[in-house]
Amino acid sequence: MGDAEAAIEVRDVSFHYGTRRALNEVGFDVRPGELFALVGPNGGGKTTLFRLLATLVPLQHGTIRVLGHDVAREPNEVRARIGVVFQAPSVDKKLTVRENLRHQGHLYGLSGRALRAREDEMLEELGLSDRAGDLVEKLSGGLRRRVELAKGLLHRPHVVLLDEPSTGLDPGARSDLWAYLVRLQQEFGVSVLLTTHLLEEADKADRVAIIDEGSIVALDTPEALKATVGGDTISIEADDPEQLASAIREQFALEATVVETMVRLELPEAHRWIARLIEAFPGRIRSITLSQPTLEDVFIARTGHRFWAEGVQHA
Amino acid sequence: MAQAVADPITRTPRPSYGRPAQVVATLSAREWVRFLRQKNRVFGAIGQPAVFWLLFGAGLGPTFRLPGTEATGLSYREYFFPGTVMLILLFTAIFTTISVIEDRREGFLQSVLVAPVSRWSMVLGKLVGGGALALAQGLIFLAFGVTIGIAFTPLSVLLAVVFLAICALALTALGFVFAWGTDSTQGYHAVMSVVLFPMWLLSGAFFPAEKGWLAWVLAVNPLTYGVAGLRRLLYLGVDNPPLPPGLPSMATCWGVTLLFAAVTFALSVYVAGRPSRGDLV
Repeated sequence: MGDAEAAIEVRDVSFHYGTRRALNEVGFDVRPGELFALVGPNGGGKTTLFRLLATLVPLQHGTIRVLGHDVAREPNEVRARIGVVFQAPSVDKKLTVRENLRHQGHLYGLSGRALRAREDEMLEELGLSDRAGDLVEKLSGGLRRRVELAKGLLHRPHVVLLDEPSTGLDPGARSDLWAYLVRLQQEFGVSVLLTTHLLEEADKADRVAIIDEGSIVALDTPEALKATVGGDTISIEADDPEQLASAIREQFALEATVVETMVRLELPEAHRWIARLIEAFPGRIRSITLSQPTLEDVFIARTGHRFWAEGVQHA
Repeated sequence: MAQAVADPITRTPRPSYGRPAQVVATLSAREWVRFLRQKNRVFGAIGQPAVFWLLFGAGLGPTFRLPGTEATGLSYREYFFPGTVMLILLFTAIFTTISVIEDRREGFLQSVLVAPVSRWSMVLGKLVGGGALALAQGLIFLAFGVTIGIAFTPLSVLLAVVFLAICALALTALGFVFAWGTDSTQGYHAVMSVVLFPMWLLSGAFFPAEKGWLAWVLAVNPLTYGVAGLRRLLYLGVDNPPLPPGLPSMATCWGVTLLFAAVTFALSVYVAGRPSRGDLV
């Protein structure tokens, strides 16, 4: 109990659905006050991990502790300290916004004037004050997501878990959400773990864990991860990518790989190579692109496949 | 304890937990609010049994003769009356427990499952809410008993309310057990027509049975004792009441009904403690 240096501590967690392995010996820490993104393609295991963290599904193997409390042995201690915002809606559409918060508060042991004050606070913070008396079914999708957030955070949890929080939000609402999460982190010292399949979103987190096929393949700050890619990336579109890649390897001793239908090269000072490559293989290059490393490049470098293609296959 | 995280924690309130009484109250209040906002449900649960009662009473009345009740002149409408009350309880129980499936599908349930509340208080919240709805509807119809000459006394009404409350809780719990593991309302409708409705049909609500296999089915059906108990309570203190022969004693009815409620409640808590398929989608 005393060594609760992590807000969330995941050790050696494996999970199976029947014979299908969804998680394979996953382990990581979320530090107190950290904004931590769990990113990966759909079907990669992040939703399973989220359900385990949220105490919705019993652990099969390994341990998870939240603020020093074991999810398997002290689920209620964990539940009282986490705020869970699900991807699927959890608000009752037949109730008003305030009624939803009222019931939620009762489930967390709040009542009377204290609860009323907390409701007002949340409604105010999320800009819902003038909609408090409206039935949730009458609200737009974006507003419903805000009610969802108000509900999950009503009891002022120490650790907030959000499953794909940006789903269904327009870009404006998405940046509002991030601003709000950052405020929570700074004002209340809350630790935030969120899952996302949007790599550009993970870029804004303090640290990112990339999960693929049930394993964590990378874990660090976005900057550190991108620095491991080793320079900029050149992507070449060609009629016969395999042949071109081996020709590049032979002629220039560069590490050219084929990802899907593209030849990829990661190298420092990549811009110097563009002209040389085009001159060396006239007519064989249909297009050539230079880009700075992104988290997608990290993903490709660690898994050997593209982010989206795999997601489609699993979904 | 947890020194290292004390700093961030100081800026958030101390964690609190849902107290069982509060959880039961809030979840059952929700059932009532939802029910009253869906007007068609109010009619569905009480309207259909009432129509059954009037039509079957009119259709079967002229030919209905129950041996042993010639002297007291038991009409079919009178015979069918306690069974109709029980049917209203059953229908409301079914409608309320269908909401377990809706809560799961619409996502509300997951937020209850991750809240710091005990599983039994969550179950009891659903059952008390649904059971009270069923009881209220049953009582509304019970008042129509005066139209067939039932002489209610304060005592018989009080006992009937208590007895029906136990029946309502038992039926709601039974519905809950089936609804928890079912992931579609269609699947639950199948359970309703194959299990719940026949159970009512074979409870002495619709027709009596003294001999043969039917009599055996009636004897092992716990709902038989609910119908019989209410039938006896309706004629509490009446000399020479028009009761069908072979009706179980009042004490047996109380005992079996209480046991029925206890068993179905225990089963509800048991099934709700196990992860269901729906949780793992």
